[in-house]
Amino acid sequence: MFPQVAPSIPQVIQLIPLNNYLWLSTALFVIGIVGVLTRRNAIVVFMSIELMLNAVNLLLVAFSSYRSDPTGQVFVFFIMAVAAAEVAVGLAIIVMIYRNSRSIDIGFLNKLKF
Amino acid sequence: MLSIILLSIFGIVVLFLGFQKSKNILLPATLLCIAIAFAANFVHWNDAPGLYFKEMLFENRLTMSFSAIVLLSAFLVVALTRGFADDEAAQPAEYYAIILFSLVGAIMMIGFDNLIMLFLGVEILSVSMYVLTGSDKRNLRSNEAALKYFLMGAFATGIMLFGIALLYGATGSFNLTDIRGYVGTNSFSISTLLYVGLLLVLIGMLFKVSAAPFHFWTPDVYDGAPTVFTAFMSTIVKTAGFAAIYRLLSGSFEGIYNFWWFTLAAITILTLVVGNITAVYQQSFKRMMAYSSISHAGYLLLSLTAMTAQTPDAIVFYSLAYSLATVSAFGVLMAVAREKSVQSHENAEDFEAFNGLGKRNPLLAFVLTVSMLSLAGIPLTAGFWGKFFIFGTIVERGNLIWMLIVAILMSAVGIYYYFKVIIATYMKDGETGALRVPPFYRIVLIVSTTLTLLFGLIPKLLS
Repeated sequence: MFPQVAPSIPQVIQLIPLNNYLWLSTALFVIGIVGVLTRRNAIVVFMSIELMLNAVNLLLVAFSSYRSDPTGQVFVFFIMAVAAAEVAVGLAIIVMIYRNSRSIDIGFLNKLKF
Repeated sequence: MLSIILLSIFGIVVLFLGFQKSKNILLPATLLCIAIAFAANFVHWNDAPGLYFKEMLFENRLTMSFSAIVLLSAFLVVALTRGFADDEAAQPAEYYAIILFSLVGAIMMIGFDNLIMLFLGVEILSVSMYVLTGSDKRNLRSNEAALKYFLMGAFATGIMLFGIALLYGATGSFNLTDIRGYVGTNSFSISTLLYVGLLLVLIGMLFKVSAAPFHFWTPDVYDGAPTVFTAFMSTIVKTAGFAAIYRLLSGSFEGIYNFWWFTLAAITILTLVVGNITAVYQQSFKRMMAYSSISHAGYLLLSLTAMTAQTPDAIVFYSLAYSLATVSAFGVLMAVAREKSVQSHENAEDFEAFNGLGKRNPLLAFVLTVSMLSLAGIPLTAGFWGKFFIFGTIVERGNLIWMLIVAILMSAVGIYYYFKVIIATYMKDGETGALRVPPFYRIVLIVSTTLTLLFGLIPKLLS
């Protein structure tokens, strides 16, 4: 099911099988999804999204070191940079909402219904 | 690829233009920038296809046509922003710069050859759109739309990224050609990771183009955002999103068509039914347009499901027809709603706003009629040929005729709610008194309507 381990990677990395990393990051990712879907506070939802992104980072790094291929780690840098930009915009939006409504509960926002 | 570089530089230039006292130069400058990028887009027309930036971006005549559609609709939408900057206490230069930067993202999505570029393109476009959606800072509806769009968009990005990570785990590369090679050589022992990864990437992308069941954010966001940016979202984001899905599926995963066609077919049918049926019950024109954009996503998905040799041409033509009609519909709405919101703040965007428009301003009424006919797919408009080509790809595939039947039934439903607008325009009595339209609006609306009719009469013009 999983790709063969490249021969050149150090023994230390292989002490933990790739499967474990896969399960760990899937678990983190699912926790993130559940957080997004169930929490009411915009900041907590936001943190759950960050958790999802970090699960992806972990997975990419694991795949990357098992293949001794640096591309995956480069991608992680891109994700981190973009996630930082997204945080800036997202927090700005939350601050804007707090100024206008004195609340960041997403249930309070129901002006747009038909 | 020249257009990406130029647009990035122009964005910074426009930001600096914002330091000037006079704000009047910004709009013409932005329009000029987009026009130059449009011209630069065709520089490599004769030596396509080509790979650029270490095989990060790909360019052929198809991606150039998609970029041209995106830039054309951006030009028309930006021309409609006249007057928007006046009521804004903040710096309009920033909005124009963000629009230019978002176009970079759109063009990257259209021509990616590496999943890193897909991710970056999606994010550049989406983050710009979050800001633009919330640009009406004092308005709670706009705020709410921005937050919803942001949370849903970031959630979709997370799902797409997990999919990309799994694809990387299965194939060892982010490069579309390498992934295609993996799928081709290991056709009997494809890792499960690849299937799961492909599904997650598709879910992430379908979120962005608002296909059902991932459409729930669309009506709220389209309704709350300032109308200019609703027009921007429903044309540019959608065109770029479909170009990206097409590029992904045709570039890498044609070998496992049997795996993904059924998923896509189910989503297509759901999108068509949900979009069209819900649009019938809407009171607000903007919400109706949101659901209609969902249903148009369904038609585009129909062609992607078929995935024949004619699919790219069909998608290009359909996106063009859809973008032109949508821009003119929103343009008319803005002209009408602006007049109305001066008198009363309630329901400026309902169907009733169009009552008696045929008497108040025959030009606006005609533009609105043509765009509604085009969206409904009535002959002599571009929308008819768009639907015709889309349905043609399904017929070519052969075994998907049942989908064609659903699509035709649903476009019959579509005629009902598009004609509701036309009836309000001509048959119902509303306010009297002529409606003044700024000359800039008039030019944009005439251009897009002329193009719609021109492509409706001579569809061969685009090839």
